[in-house]
Amino acid sequence: MKNSIIVLLVAFFSISAVAQDAKSKNKKVVFKVVGNCEMCEKRIEKAAFSVKGVKSAEWHVDCQDIHLLIDETKCSKEDVAKAIASVGHDTEFVKAEDSVYEKLHGCCMYERIK
Amino acid sequence: MFKKIVFALFFISSFASAQETIKGIVTDEKKQPLFGVNIAWQNSTSGTKTDENGNFSIEKSAEVSVLEISYEGFESQKIIVSSVENLFIILKEVNNLKEVTISKTKKSTEHSLYKVANMQTMGQKELLKAACCNLSESFSTNPSIDVNFSDAVTGNRQIKMLGLTSPYILITDENIPSVRGASQAYGLSFVPGTWVESIQITKGAGSVINGYESISGQINYEVLKPATDVPFFLNLFASQDDRYEINTHFNTKYSDKLSTTLFVHGNTRVGKNDMNHDHFLDNPIGKQVNILNRWQYNDAEKGWVSFLNLRYMNDEKQAGSIHFNPDTDRLTTNAWGSEINTEKIEISNKTGYVFPDMPYQSFGFQNSFQSHKQESYFGLNQYNIHQKSFFSNLLFNSIISNTKNKFTTGINFAFDKYDEVVDLNFSQDFSRIDNSVGAFFEYTFDNLDNFSLVAGARIDQHNRLGTFVTPRLHIRYNPWNQAVIRASVGRGKRAANIFAENQQLFASNRDFSILNSDGKLYGLNPEIAWNYGVSFIQKFKLLGMSSEVVFDYYVTDFQNQAVVDIDANAQQVLFYNLEGKSFANSFQAEFSIELIKHLNFKSAYKYFDVQTQYSSGQLQKALQAKHRIFGNLSFETHIKEKGQQWKFDVTYNWLGEQRLPNTTSNPVGYQLADYAPSFAVMNAQITRTFSSTFELYVGGENIGNYKQNNGIVQSENPFGTYFDSSMLYGPVFGQMYYAGLRFKIK
Repeated sequence: MKNSIIVLLVAFFSISAVAQDAKSKNKKVVFKVVGNCEMCEKRIEKAAFSVKGVKSAEWHVDCQDIHLLIDETKCSKEDVAKAIASVGHDTEFVKAEDSVYEKLHGCCMYERIK
Repeated sequence: MFKKIVFALFFISSFASAQETIKGIVTDEKKQPLFGVNIAWQNSTSGTKTDENGNFSIEKSAEVSVLEISYEGFESQKIIVSSVENLFIILKEVNNLKEVTISKTKKSTEHSLYKVANMQTMGQKELLKAACCNLSESFSTNPSIDVNFSDAVTGNRQIKMLGLTSPYILITDENIPSVRGASQAYGLSFVPGTWVESIQITKGAGSVINGYESISGQINYEVLKPATDVPFFLNLFASQDDRYEINTHFNTKYSDKLSTTLFVHGNTRVGKNDMNHDHFLDNPIGKQVNILNRWQYNDAEKGWVSFLNLRYMNDEKQAGSIHFNPDTDRLTTNAWGSEINTEKIEISNKTGYVFPDMPYQSFGFQNSFQSHKQESYFGLNQYNIHQKSFFSNLLFNSIISNTKNKFTTGINFAFDKYDEVVDLNFSQDFSRIDNSVGAFFEYTFDNLDNFSLVAGARIDQHNRLGTFVTPRLHIRYNPWNQAVIRASVGRGKRAANIFAENQQLFASNRDFSILNSDGKLYGLNPEIAWNYGVSFIQKFKLLGMSSEVVFDYYVTDFQNQAVVDIDANAQQVLFYNLEGKSFANSFQAEFSIELIKHLNFKSAYKYFDVQTQYSSGQLQKALQAKHRIFGNLSFETHIKEKGQQWKFDVTYNWLGEQRLPNTTSNPVGYQLADYAPSFAVMNAQITRTFSSTFELYVGGENIGNYKQNNGIVQSENPFGTYFDSSMLYGPVFGQMYYAGLRFKIK
């Protein structure tokens, strides 16, 4: 019993050690996402969570940025940016298509990144 | 061509990052360089300022890529520095029009639209509206909680939620069960109001994290935190009934990590008052000393926070006849008197750890030791109880794949040693030891939009209650804008402390008897109840004014109850296991509106149908109004430059008729009507704030001067057969005015 606990602990620590060396399982990422309102917030965060590996996503309307915690072994920040852009929000990395943007609710018509 | 430039830029930027310095220039919109602009990496202390030409250079940060640029009079900017060598930043001047800010005053009590449980938070602003001075009095401006006097002798206030008295409410001090067991009757009056930062009231089943005992709801109070408290606070209070209170808080911050507050509370009532001329004190005389020393250790970078509380309290009360002298008359028939002396010692610690790289994951560990000792007598009835308890709770919070799916799990342990001796019409030692271990798991799902759910379960093993499972479920749904529907269901189980919870009955000449003998709790079985509830909140604009309606309906259905029967006979109190039905149905409709800026009106109608199968039949619970109306009007002026402000607050409570206990076996002169008349009580308070550090307040309670004159049956002969002070439905003390001040050093 004791041995198996030690083995488990060692295994656990070695995994986290490896994870820290290469790709972090809890990588903090912040990038710019443009939006206007609470509805935007829900849409943006929902899109971010649709990407596998996103553990936490908080978008702030005042700073116009999204704070993410992602598992880098499963996704990258570009994947998340792509998902957000696909629902109509311009991001630092990927821009939304005009056709999607135009379908947004009136109050969500943010000023686009040029 | 363009591609080449991009390529070139890319190279330059890689070199730049190799040098690990970022350079840039900051100007205003007219391209004039700005001098002294703050440049800093987000959430870090490392930063720099621009020189007179607007130039700056800053070391590249390994962790953070967001630069914050701030300058007074200009809009702050955040820039993600990924691959840029020379930053050219233009700051926008703050538009003067923006100074007309649209502000929303924070409400004193908030109904949340997004929390899963039907929870409301009473902030300090709301707490200041109450006349005074301890937790049992602080609910008078809240329609969800009813405050009643428990008897005509001890002046004790009893709270009710959903038509059920406080033993059915789990009361916690920062999530550590506090008012329970021996402290059930007077515990709330041992928490001074100025210590309290906020109160969270949850109607219905509540969470499984804090235990299995809550049936009608949970009340949690948060005490002021040393890390954020002001260095010094003083509150003085005096009222017409010769009650005086003093509260002082001394706060010291030793470093940005370690801080402490010493709370010292003292109160005394020296004057003997008999406003209803029954030769009994309307309120007990006495004194209380209450000291809390609280330490807080915070290490935000490493994720640690820890609290240590050390508390000592001593409370002495003397009640009964105005001629009673305890030295000569104690436990004699010279004069009827009562003394209740309580000493409380508490040591508790909470430690929390948040994983720095995983903010969604944390540990919590709470430990509390409490000793609560009450020595008391009521005429010739004696009651002594000493409860020593230890409570320990270990929690772990984390997520399942993402923060839409959170969970809390843990184990806890509770130990209670009771030394309890009653000497009534019979004498018996009920000393005992209770202990329990439990494990819980609570899952929270939030779709981050219009739906969330909390499902929890716990399993406990208790030496008297057995091994049992406690499930609880809460659901929240926002069907449309500004509206929320909630539903909850849950089970609760508890060991009734029949004497400690019904101490008001000692101030009578009733004979006590327990009719069952095969149970493990005073011969009785554990109390088990299911609680079901739904609520609906809609916020809207009525002619442009912010308004809110709240409807809720709760059912508490007892499977077993330790029935307290005072209706069989006016000379008896019977305790027995429920046989038949016992339930409490409650409906509440609330409407609040901001009539003009800073003028708020809140009203509520409450309906209670609380019935129990007694030996004499299925009866409405005695001393419980079926209909209640609540109204509150508050107004405050704009805060002037130095903080000057006026605040006005009026609360109105109307109670419909209440069934009175059966007194038909008494001689005609000592019989009560079947129902008590309906009546209304009004309280008002005015606060004048002279500056942000000093304010005065005056107020009145029961301004309409309503009094129940027959609060004590056979008060002229308190050792006679019919003496009873427990059949109290209204105030015995008439109008009462008070004044006080609050002063702080910031």
